[in-house]
Amino acid sequence: MNRHTIAVAALAVAAGLAASLPAGAQDAKTHPEPAGFEAAAKTSWSKVKPDEWKTRLDTDETQQLCNLYRNNPPPDIARKIMEMNRATVVYPADGQVIGDWKKGQALANNGRGGQFSDEPNTVNGGNCYACHQLDPKEVSFGTLGPSLTGYGKARDFSPEAAKEAYAKIYNAQAAFACTNMPRFGATRFLSEQQMKDAVALLFSRDSPVNK
Amino acid sequence: MPINGRIAGWTAAALMSLFVAMGAEAQDGASSEAEIQRYREMISDPMSNPGFLAVDRGEALWSTKRGTKNATLETCDLGEGPGKLDGAYARLPRFFADAGKVMDVEQRLLWCMTTIQGLDTADVIKRRFSRPGVESDMEDLTAYIANKSSGMKFEPQLGKPEEKAMYALGEAMFYRRSGVLDFSCATCHGEAGLRIRTTNLPDFSKPNKSAQESIGSWPTYRVSQTALRTMQHRLWDCFRQQRLPSVDYGSDMVTALQVYLVAVAKDGELQVPSIKR
Ligand code: HEC
Ligand code: HEC
Repeated sequence: MNRHTIAVAALAVAAGLAASLPAGAQDAKTHPEPAGFEAAAKTSWSKVKPDEWKTRLDTDETQQLCNLYRNNPPPDIARKIMEMNRATVVYPADGQVIGDWKKGQALANNGRGGQFSDEPNTVNGGNCYACHQLDPKEVSFGTLGPSLTGYGKARDFSPEAAKEAYAKIYNAQAAFACTNMPRFGATRFLSEQQMKDAVALLFSRDSPVNK
Repeated sequence: MPINGRIAGWTAAALMSLFVAMGAEAQDGASSEAEIQRYREMISDPMSNPGFLAVDRGEALWSTKRGTKNATLETCDLGEGPGKLDGAYARLPRFFADAGKVMDVEQRLLWCMTTIQGLDTADVIKRRFSRPGVESDMEDLTAYIANKSSGMKFEPQLGKPEEKAMYALGEAMFYRRSGVLDFSCATCHGEAGLRIRTTNLPDFSKPNKSAQESIGSWPTYRVSQTALRTMQHRLWDCFRQQRLPSVDYGSDMVTALQVYLVAVAKDGELQVPSIKR
């Protein structure tokens, strides 16, 4: 994936500058699914029930566009993806986006949920540490995403920034088309309370992330 | 090279405690270069690798008469001609005219069991992944056959139209995001030098050394599972991490992915069975 191009496109769209993008970015390469893909998938997951097929193997419009452009959509498509995903974000009714950072820490460490090996009533985790550094004392962190250490402090614990972080967790593609980060709220993978707890991990003054 | 079972069993226990010790040290943030070096020496010593027990069992199975035809697998053609095993694994998956399709080693073995031995493969497939007290014919046979290509380089077979079509399918699957977390293989294996928690992720997005070393290390003896595992198991487990449903054993999508993976591992050298966490 070409992160640079996506980042440039995302910034340009956000600033309303799409029209001034270099021409090269307009003719992004497409990768349609090859002939026979659907048939091969059907025979390779022959025991999957229709509802599971729909939720796990079928693709929604965002996934289809990201797949078509291999996560590198041209600016107009990137804008469309972000608009579509922005429309899904629902903020907590009470306007409060900060929950309990201790629960957020547990959530960030929990990689369970969504796997066929999980018990049916498994509580899903956010698994943030798989991709992000958070608490600097936690040495087991992944690098698929940027370090979030000191995140709230660096933003002066601003309520606006906390709200943005809530939206990021709710639907990462509202601000970044085809990012590798999951859309936790839009897919109902995490609950409203869980997302508040994740924001608390990033924005509480006493959270280890900000120590 | 038959190996004394008791020695290898003891080694498995010793390796397990070594891995546990290494994990504990990594958590202390003081991962010891000497421990890692000791581990490297152990994995490159066939006498300490319990994966060779699977090779031995596979060798015996290969020449065991079974099925309604009471035949052995010794006339099975894995692409190099009937019974020719040297280098066969390094050139799989490939197109087989008799079956009319591209097959990986495990699909081909099932085909030989059915056509040559008249074996009802339902039980074999039920035991596809070994567990304590239950051996897997497929793991053992694959270990034996792959070992006959150890030290050789992968030669991806992409000349025939059917092989090109399977490559295209595999590549599309590699990049296809779906499911509740929007993951594709490329989410975790699409760039060089990334980690999930402390686990280094090989990059399969283009030909490179991490892909060569990684694909060239399968089948492998997995200490954490005390079992020899094949690529069928690895991909089944990665689909699980991708939050996809359980993929059928020996299905075409798994073969297509292997065609793609072997192509990015081109010229990589097989060192199998290896041993790893
Ligand atoms: C599979 C990988 C993955 C997981 C899991 C993941 N993220 Fe991310 N995250 C990313 C990537 C990649 C980015 C950078 C691109 C972007 O902004 O979307 C990112 C960006 C972010 C940002 C914006 C950073 C900035 O630059 O301002 C925040 C905040 C964030 N993640 C929080 C979380 C939290 C909280 C969780 C867990 C509930 C989480 N992430 C889980 C991959 C992931
Ligand atoms: C959510 C993350 C994730 C996804 C999605 C994923 N993998 Fe993996 N994969 C891993 C991890 C973690 C490992 C273990 C690496 C290790 O233990 O060295 C791994 C290991 C592998 C290995 C063996 C590497 C080695 O050197 O032993 C292969 C091959 C592989 N993955 C292929 C795939 C393919 C093909 C897909 C898509 C069908 C896929 N993976 C999807 C996380 C993932």
